[in-house]
Amino acid sequence: MTHARSKYSRGTPSGGTLLDTARIRADFPILNRQVNGRTLIYLDNAATSQKPRHVIQSIVDYYERYNANVHRGVHTLSVEATDVYEEARRKVARFINAPSEKSVIWTRNTSEAINLIAYSWGDANVGEGDNIVTTAMEHHSDIVPWQQLARRKGAQVRYIPVGRQGALDMAVARNLIDRRTKLVAAMHASNVLGTINPVGELALIAHAVGALMLVDGAQSVPSMPVDVQALGCDFLAFSAHKMCGPTGIGVLYGREDVMERMQPWMFGGDMISEVTYEGAKWNDLPYKFEAGTPNIADAIATGAAVDYLDELGMGNVWAHEQALGAYALERFKELEEFHVMGPRDPGLRGGLVSFFHDTVHPHDLGQALDRMGIAIRTGHHCAMPLVRGHGIAAAARASFYIYNTEAEIDALIDGLKDAAGYFARK
Amino acid sequence: MQSLEGLDELYEQIVLDHYRNPRHSDLLTSPAVDIEVNNPFCGDEIRLQLKTGDDGRVSAVSVAGRGCAISQSSGSLLTELVHGKDAAGLHGTVTLVRRLMKGDPVSEAEMDALGDLSALSGVRKFPVRIKCALLAWSALEEAAEKLEQGAK
Ligand SMILES: Cc1ncc(COP(=O)(O)O)c(C=O)c1O
Repeated sequence: MTHARSKYSRGTPSGGTLLDTARIRADFPILNRQVNGRTLIYLDNAATSQKPRHVIQSIVDYYERYNANVHRGVHTLSVEATDVYEEARRKVARFINAPSEKSVIWTRNTSEAINLIAYSWGDANVGEGDNIVTTAMEHHSDIVPWQQLARRKGAQVRYIPVGRQGALDMAVARNLIDRRTKLVAAMHASNVLGTINPVGELALIAHAVGALMLVDGAQSVPSMPVDVQALGCDFLAFSAHKMCGPTGIGVLYGREDVMERMQPWMFGGDMISEVTYEGAKWNDLPYKFEAGTPNIADAIATGAAVDYLDELGMGNVWAHEQALGAYALERFKELEEFHVMGPRDPGLRGGLVSFFHDTVHPHDLGQALDRMGIAIRTGHHCAMPLVRGHGIAAAARASFYIYNTEAEIDALIDGLKDAAGYFARK
Repeated sequence: MQSLEGLDELYEQIVLDHYRNPRHSDLLTSPAVDIEVNNPFCGDEIRLQLKTGDDGRVSAVSVAGRGCAISQSSGSLLTELVHGKDAAGLHGTVTLVRRLMKGDPVSEAEMDALGDLSALSGVRKFPVRIKCALLAWSALEEAAEKLEQGAK
């Protein structure tokens, strides 16, 4: 893949491409914050990213200058709000190369987008004896909705196993996906292992047996170019808060012809075209799936977040993340008693590193790093079955984004050395 | 280590010592109660065993497990506070430890009764870690209930 050079990127001596972090960092007010007397080093981006001033300001602008409900009024403010709100939807559609903005539904987050499919599509299309195939590395939000659907319908959930190198076992996947498979649901990028999964290949296998393909893009859409048409997926779910956008809003992309046939799962205002005392007719896509006043401010801010990332160029963002991921993997080799999870080949993974120590618990490591102003994630990462499969109950994770630097990774490594020394059993 | 300044507020020396060298961690043979608890959120695990004498008072204890320094040191400190106590006495200690961790006022005499465990009171300032500190004590509460039922 070639990357358009944005004014924010530059080459690195090591050959990777890093973004111009000095310039980017100036856009993120929170990065000046002091934590326990140190300048914050924020390495918990896979949980949620920080927000640039431009995104924060877009929310303020909406509330201060054109706050009004959308799709409902002829007055100026409502027209303006509707324009910016719908433009944000078009920006998101372009961002993931959706053929039409009609297939972009606003939800609260990735989890709600997946639940929408489980109820609206799943209840109508999955029956007794059918199966849903997902993976053993999935986030809870791409496991539990399918377990519940299977329970409602007498169907089965199957898990594509993860090999020792942190990759899906595609040979087993081909056996698991059979004539009774209705849906294959898989994460594009793992929030624990960092693995990039071959979801395009899974989509082909799914379609060959007449099943649909859902991609959990919560970790990929913020980090790499994602093109729903190139992937060939039928559904894509992601959250704005992990990609410079606000909390409280996410996206479900769905193939238009599939969603035309789906029934709404929530009912009320906006999602109808006509209501009588006897019943109602559903509105067109995308509104059919958006009952009630939407999260206008955060949709607008999601549009601003997409603008920000477009300006950087997603190819550049991905190159930056991979370069940092590779650098971190290399530095971790110095650390005795620490074990990195996931693929060893940096080319197969994104910008995060999960790890554990022989004896020191991740919470203690995280607590010690916090003293140094370094924020990492510790715990089960909403992937209990996966983490337990590694024979541990919890792991620590450092995840990188557009504003992180190699110097911050150096600080992490030094901090981990100190922390391990502090707790080591004598 | 200069960079870890302030961490001692949570991990006092005595706490780290109990974490590194847990007391009474050898399993008992034929214990009166044998309880395992875990905190799935952190993955901390504690196994607690008690033996009692004819008078129903604790005569031997074992706590073993794996997890963070707070959960494991709290378990070790627990083993120093249960000897000679009957079920009611155990319940009383559990209640007192809960009050300490939650930041309720604790009298000087009560603090004395807790011995080295008072070193864990720094946990109060780290709300997410209170659950870690209390894990072993939830096992002790369950153990006390079992002892009561056994006595009936
Ligand atoms: C891979 C993956 N899927 C789903 C989610 C859930 O996202 P949200 O909590 O925004 O619904 C996350 C975020 O934690 C994730 O990393």
